[in-house]
Amino acid sequence: MIRDTPLPDTATGRSNLRIPVLGTVYRWIRRYPVLPVMIAVGLAIMAIFAPWVAPAHPLESDLDFIAHPPVWMEGGTFDYILGADKIGRDLLSRIIHGSRISLSVAFIVIICGSLIGSAIGIASGMAGGLWDEIAMRIVDLVYATPFLLIALVAAVVFGTSFQLVLTLLTIFSWPIFARQTRGLTLQLKNMDYVASARVNSASQFRIAFRHIMPGVFNTVVVIATLQIGSLILTESVLSYLGVGIPAPQPAWGSMVADGREFITTAWWVPVMPGAAIFLTVFAFNFIGDWLRDYLDPRLRQIH
Amino acid sequence: MAAVMVGISMIVFGLSRLTGDPRLLYMTQGTRWSQEVWDARGRELGLDKPMVVQYLVWAGNAIQGDFGDSLWHKRNSLRIIIEKLPATLQLSGISYLMAVALGVILGTISAVTRGTLVDIAVRSFALIGQAAPPFWLALILIFFFAVYLDILPTSRRGDWTHFVLPATTLAWLGSAGLARLTRSSLLEVLDSEYIKLARAKGVSTNKVILKHALKNALIAPLTVAAILLASFLSGTVVVETVFAWPGLGRLAVDATKNNDFPLITGITVIFAGLFLISSLLADLLYAYIDPRIRIYDS
Repeated sequence: MIRDTPLPDTATGRSNLRIPVLGTVYRWIRRYPVLPVMIAVGLAIMAIFAPWVAPAHPLESDLDFIAHPPVWMEGGTFDYILGADKIGRDLLSRIIHGSRISLSVAFIVIICGSLIGSAIGIASGMAGGLWDEIAMRIVDLVYATPFLLIALVAAVVFGTSFQLVLTLLTIFSWPIFARQTRGLTLQLKNMDYVASARVNSASQFRIAFRHIMPGVFNTVVVIATLQIGSLILTESVLSYLGVGIPAPQPAWGSMVADGREFITTAWWVPVMPGAAIFLTVFAFNFIGDWLRDYLDPRLRQIH
Repeated sequence: MAAVMVGISMIVFGLSRLTGDPRLLYMTQGTRWSQEVWDARGRELGLDKPMVVQYLVWAGNAIQGDFGDSLWHKRNSLRIIIEKLPATLQLSGISYLMAVALGVILGTISAVTRGTLVDIAVRSFALIGQAAPPFWLALILIFFFAVYLDILPTSRRGDWTHFVLPATTLAWLGSAGLARLTRSSLLEVLDSEYIKLARAKGVSTNKVILKHALKNALIAPLTVAAILLASFLSGTVVVETVFAWPGLGRLAVDATKNNDFPLITGITVIFAGLFLISSLLADLLYAYIDPRIRIYDS
């Protein structure tokens, strides 16, 4: 007897769908993070073109529309698609403008952090000895420091600002890159091809740039993508606690904090901006996971 | 250990000297002082002496538990901290145990039922836990259980019902990564030769999973669980703020809002100490779980 029920795919454990076009689409969605990439690209477009995309100005308030409900609820209007906040500002417009803050913080920090971290990591892996020891002790120190508390102290000392958030996040984001690239550098520099480069009188600089860097590149990209989500989360936590992006800038975290007391009466005021954070982080985590499995499965323990 | 503690204390001290006159941080803003008070404060902080001496003065006081009087509460910072400490330890301890149990159990269930609806549900639970901002998750739980269903209190400390929502929030966030890791490492182990052998010789499925597979599969998740202990302490900062839990985290946020520098530095140093103790525990636990990594040198 021939079994005509689809056999489970041994690699994924899922049954194969055998509908011609749908099957291809389905396999595409399974194989590539289509939806998360769409969300991420959509967000990027939203952030770049915020003033043109947003239906209203993010700081413009109308006290007649305090906690106005979103369009699909009773009394909702298309003027306030996602509703309005506690002083009648359009939530959708604020969320769209907030994406600028979240994404720019995450990307600036991740670029600075990965460059600084991998430079230190490769350098200390190449140099070894005392420099390596000092660099790794600093990495340990940063790991052992309670980030949130230091952020609170810094906010008392310097006052809150965009630059402070960037600085703090960068200081706490480079160590993971340093630690990982250093480990890889130690592995790579004992490889035969590096030895033969050295025999051919390549300088330390040339070895680091031409022979080590390509080897750590994938790892750095994977960690960077995985870190974007947690950076957006951390920035939102700082803004929620009131030590992040100062008001009246529409940072997603502070929008949730502003709407906190409405949770019993007008749930959309705090829930909508939080949903934006959630969706964004979700999309970036998904892309990061996929990229890790694709480029560097060895990193599975890093989340 | 000690070196890290010194490092952190130097960071905190350094922050206080990076801006203008540090006396401003030790005095309530908006009030006026006489010149004598101002000068006396300077001598107290050792501002007329070199930086090294200033640090030693500060660190010496800190070791004796004197971070300066809280500007807002007008009494010794350490006393306030000690009063609030039990609430924080209680909450983070309970939710930590919940998170580890939940992560391991859910991860195991989803590995065993791989591909089914149960597996999909557990994986969604984990993905939500990794992407949701803590304060937002807390608000949604409050909305659903305390406002919509009205079966649990929204905030503050009290009988056991007050623990449910804050502990669930923390446990959900903490168990997410753990569940995913348990799942993937159990799946890997279940695929290995010795499991096939155990199955082939007729060991029951339950026994294969619980006695043969889990022992090896849990090494990675428990390592992460050990590291997680420290992150729970900072996780409480947000959750305590949302649930008006009278612990250290909330105290820290309030101190920040009141520009209460002595209090916030005290909390930071105490937190750093707790952080270090928990990472020491993590190392010990790690060596206990996986004897292969016990290192005798260094």
